[in-house]
Formats: sequence, structure tokens, C-alpha cells
Amino acid sequence: MSKHASLERRRQAIYGWLLLGPAGVLLTTFAFYPSIATLWSSLFSRGTRRKPAEFVGGENYTDLFADPTFWLVVKNNLIYAAATIPISIIIALAMALWANSKIPAKGFVRTAYFTPTVLPMIAAANLWLFFYTPGLGVLDQIGSLFGLPSVNWLGQPETALWAVIIVTIWKEAGFFMIFYLAALQTIPADLKEAADIEGASRWTYTRRIVLPLLMPTTLFIMVNAMINSVKLIDHLFILTKGGPSDASKLILYYIWEMAFAFFDAPHAAAMTILVLLVLGIIAAIQFLLIDKRTHYQ
Amino acid sequence: MTDTAFVKLNAVAKRWNGQLGVEDISLRIEEGAFVALLGPSGCGKSTTLRLLSGLEIPDEGQIHIAGTDVTHSPPAERDLSMVFQSYALFPHLSVAENVIFGLKVRRVPKAERAEKLRRALEITGLLGLEHRKPAELSGGQRQRVALARAIVAGKRLCLMDEPLSNLDAKLRNAVRKDIKKLQRDLGITVVYVTHDQTEAMSMADMVVLMKDGRIQQVGTPQDLYSRPENTFVAEFIGAPPMALIDGAALDGFSSGETIGLRAEHIAIADAGAGRMTCHVAECEFLGSETFIGLTHDGAKGLTLKLPGLVQKAAGEAIDITFNDADLHRFDGDGQRLNTT
Repeated sequence: MSKHASLERRRQAIYGWLLLGPAGVLLTTFAFYPSIATLWSSLFSRGTRRKPAEFVGGENYTDLFADPTFWLVVKNNLIYAAATIPISIIIALAMALWANSKIPAKGFVRTAYFTPTVLPMIAAANLWLFFYTPGLGVLDQIGSLFGLPSVNWLGQPETALWAVIIVTIWKEAGFFMIFYLAALQTIPADLKEAADIEGASRWTYTRRIVLPLLMPTTLFIMVNAMINSVKLIDHLFILTKGGPSDASKLILYYIWEMAFAFFDAPHAAAMTILVLLVLGIIAAIQFLLIDKRTHYQ
Repeated sequence: MTDTAFVKLNAVAKRWNGQLGVEDISLRIEEGAFVALLGPSGCGKSTTLRLLSGLEIPDEGQIHIAGTDVTHSPPAERDLSMVFQSYALFPHLSVAENVIFGLKVRRVPKAERAEKLRRALEITGLLGLEHRKPAELSGGQRQRVALARAIVAGKRLCLMDEPLSNLDAKLRNAVRKDIKKLQRDLGITVVYVTHDQTEAMSMADMVVLMKDGRIQQVGTPQDLYSRPENTFVAEFIGAPPMALIDGAALDGFSSGETIGLRAEHIAIADAGAGRMTCHVAECEFLGSETFIGLTHDGAKGLTLKLPGLVQKAAGEAIDITFNDADLHRFDGDGQRLNTT
């Protein structure tokens, strides 16, 4: 290779690394390094003044697996994810299809649906706290009109988790609707007309044309909903604090409690690593499997 | 009243918020005809097609297809197919799935579907491309998929909305012939919207020329060319368009009249011996002939057609002559005066 060409190639390489640089520095500082540091600290015991931290290998993990609260929290989080992800996606899609059709006050409908997203989670939780309050709350007020007994939605183990789930769905559906709405508007109007000419019903058109064309958006929303099902716990602090008797405790809340209420950083670190691992595997499955069957324009 | 026409539009009108869409459209289309709706953009030709297809419902008038009143029927009940300007192919479906989409919707048995698909692909020359997605096809191939989808169900009426406007000029010529052949072989009735008079004149048995939502003239291509009903038709049809001369500028005609004259009927006369004296504006060389644009105070669009390459200096004076028999006479409102 001539000297000139190799010089040019090196110049291009430097240029490429310079472009990657800022993102690389930021990701390393705030994502890669903390993850590795977490992994590292999860392998050590909790240091006290008398007994300094020492390397214990997988002991923190085996402790976790033996902890019934950990399994309860995992089960809670699975129920939480299994309910919030599909329901919020279905509601978002239904709202988007409706808000995208020819209806009066379209702008108002869209704004109304989007309002929960604009509210901070803490504010939304306070709002729902008022809905759920026994006696005074809106739900009980409505219930009493029909002679139903007062229910302490947040205060009993059977309903607490579901009460939290409903708040999350209410909060997320409007946000996901915006993505669906944007995707729906990229579908050309003449596809509907072509389907009309062929005699396709509204349902056939939605099922065979609209839903497949929305798949990339659905995939994106699914990944987001999944991350949120682990990440979104702000409302727990207001509504239940994980109670009663851990009935509504989610894994991130438990990690927070472990680290900053019980000051047990190694176990919190171990739990974080497990969460990262599971999230990584699920994201990989979603992208590898569903991506293949998705049409990108 | 017995009326045998396959497609009938009777005084159809469509308006949007008081704005004009189309007004008083009456048409009779025989089965097996190739009808072109021609006109400048915004003239209502696409609206007329959409009214026929059922994608729009008229405010006034009736539409009959194959003897049935379909004025208020949805598109699927009109027993017709349509080719869209953008082709409107479903991007996530393969060629085969796009073509049989309508058959599947109507629950046609699988074996019959496969047979019809094979035939449609064969006719349109798409065999071997069944499993491609529209994005993997060229513009011409996509256009043929749209055609295949339109013919696969064997509908007797096919509507086409500027199906060639997204193709390059060379391909357009080839596909034009293909569509015409297809229509003749299958014996279907085609209503074809275009703003390109070459397409309309070369393909159609009947041309409907529209302007501002109204029909200007209906007739064979030859009718429109040689007997334009008004000055709009005269100026729209033909390349170069018909020249219009103010009656006052010619001996023997009154000043209220407008005289139309085709380029091929103009001849050069000796200086001083012609009926009009014009000046050369520009020369346009087209290979086998040259168009020479002429200016005259009492006329617009005067063009002289000369064989081969001719070069004239701009501003040069030319005397022209022509026969009275070749003249078209229009009254003050631009309507044709019948000179028998």
C-alpha cells in the first residue's frame, strides 16, 4: 500500500475514534464502570468497623437465593411486569387507533390521553393516593353510592400490588400511545383505500396491514415497558412503601431498601447484578426473535 | 328508458365546503372501452375516478355500474379494481401476498387463489418475483404488481389513477403499450386518469377532457384533435397546441370570432403574398422536424412545422398562408361555430 493511502486510512480511523469518544467516555463513566464496580463489590462481604470487608465469592448470591423476601419480591415483580406490559400496550394501541381516526375534538382527546405522562410520578401517586384512600377516596365514594363496603385498596396484601399496577398502566399507556400515534401517521392513507377496494373490513385492515406495520413500534414499546417494569418504582414510596408485609414490594425498591435502609451494599449489589443479567437476556431475546419477523420501512 | 351503457354517471356533483370539486358530470361508458379522463391538475379528473370507485360519495347525481345503482355503495360492492398513483402496495407483504390480498379477504379457496395468482403474474411478467417485498423491486416492477393486483380477481371494471406518473419517460412508453394490450386481451373496461395527453390520445377509445370540475368534451382522440368543441380543448390537445387567431386579424372574419389553426396546416408564402405576416420567436429542433414559434399581434401560439433542421434568426419576418377549410371557428365565448 502506498504511504499516502495508509496515511489517509489512519486519518479516517482517528476521525472515527474521535466521533466515538464522547459517547465512550460518558458510557464508561456512568454505565460500564459502575456495572463492573457493582459486580466487584457484590463479591465481598459487608465490612464493619471491627471486621473489614473480605472476598466471599458467590456467598452474597446464595444468601439472596435463601432469602424468602427476595423470592417474594421477584414474584411480585413478575406479576407486575406480566400485567403492566401487555395491558398498557393494548390500551395504548386502542387509544392511538381511536385518536387517529376522524373524531371530533381530536386534539383534546390526544392531550387528555397524554396528560398522565406529563405528570411527575410522585404527583400522580399522590393523586391516586386520594383515589384509593378508604372512606374519603373517590373509589370508595363511588362505591358507597351503590352500597358497596369501604375497601382499603392499598392497605391489604390481596389488593395492594394490583392497585400499584393500575397506577403504572394509567401512567404509561398515554406515553406509549404517542409512539403508536406517530407510527400510525406514517402509514399512507391509500393503503386503507386499496384495502377498501379489495373489500377488506376495518378489522381485517387493522389485523393484516396496520398491526404488522406497527411491529417496529411495538418492539420499541415492549423494550421500554419491560425496562419500566423494573425501573418505575417512584409511586411505591408514596403509595405503599412496599407493604403491607412486602405484598407490593418490587425488586428495585428492595435493592434501594437493602442499600440505603439496611445499609447492606454487597447484597444490594448482588441483586443489581442479577437484574442486569435478566434484563440483558430478555432484551437480547426480544431483538433477536421479534426483530426477524418485523418489517422495517 | 332502456340504457345499455356499462358505466353511467348522471349529473354527478361533489363539492368540498362550497368549493368546487366536480359539477354536472354525465358520462356513458360502454363495456370493454378504454376511457381516459384528461385535464390539467385540479380539474376534477381524480375526483371523478374516486366517485366512481366509491372512495368518495357524490353530493348529487347517480352512478350506475353494470345496471346497478351504486351511488351510495361502498367500494367493495361495486365489483371493480383500482390502480393507485402511488401503487399503494402493502410494504410488509410479498408480491404474491399483495396480489392475492383481495382474494384472501373474499375467502377464495386456496387452489383457486394459487391458480389466479400464477396467471396474473404470468400476464404481468412477474413470475419468479413472488417472494420479493415491494421495497426490493424497481419502480416498473412495483407498477406491474399493482396491475397484477388489479386484474387477479377478474373484475370487469378497472380504475387507474395516473398509474404511469412515477415511471421514467422510456419505461412509461413501454408500460403504456402493455396496459393497452392487457385491457384488450382481457376485454375489461378501463377508466384511466392522466394529465398527459399523449397517454390519453394513444391509449383511449374515448377521451373525457375536463377543466375546473366540468367536462369540456367527450369523444374519440381524433374528435378532440380535429373537432375541438371550444378554445380550451383546442389549446390543450396537440403538440404544439392549436394557434388561436383573433378574427379581426384576418380578412373575411368578424372581430368577435376566434380562429383556430393547427401547425401542420400552416405553410410559408412568398414575402407579401401571405395571409399573415409574422416574426420568428424561437426555433425548436426535434430531429425529424423543427417547430418555429411565430409572433403576431392578433394571434397566440402560432407555430410553423418544417421538416428537418431549419434555422431562422429571431425577429425575421415570415409570411404564412393556409386554407379556409383547415380553420376552426369559435364564437366570442370560445364555443365552436359549426361551419358546414
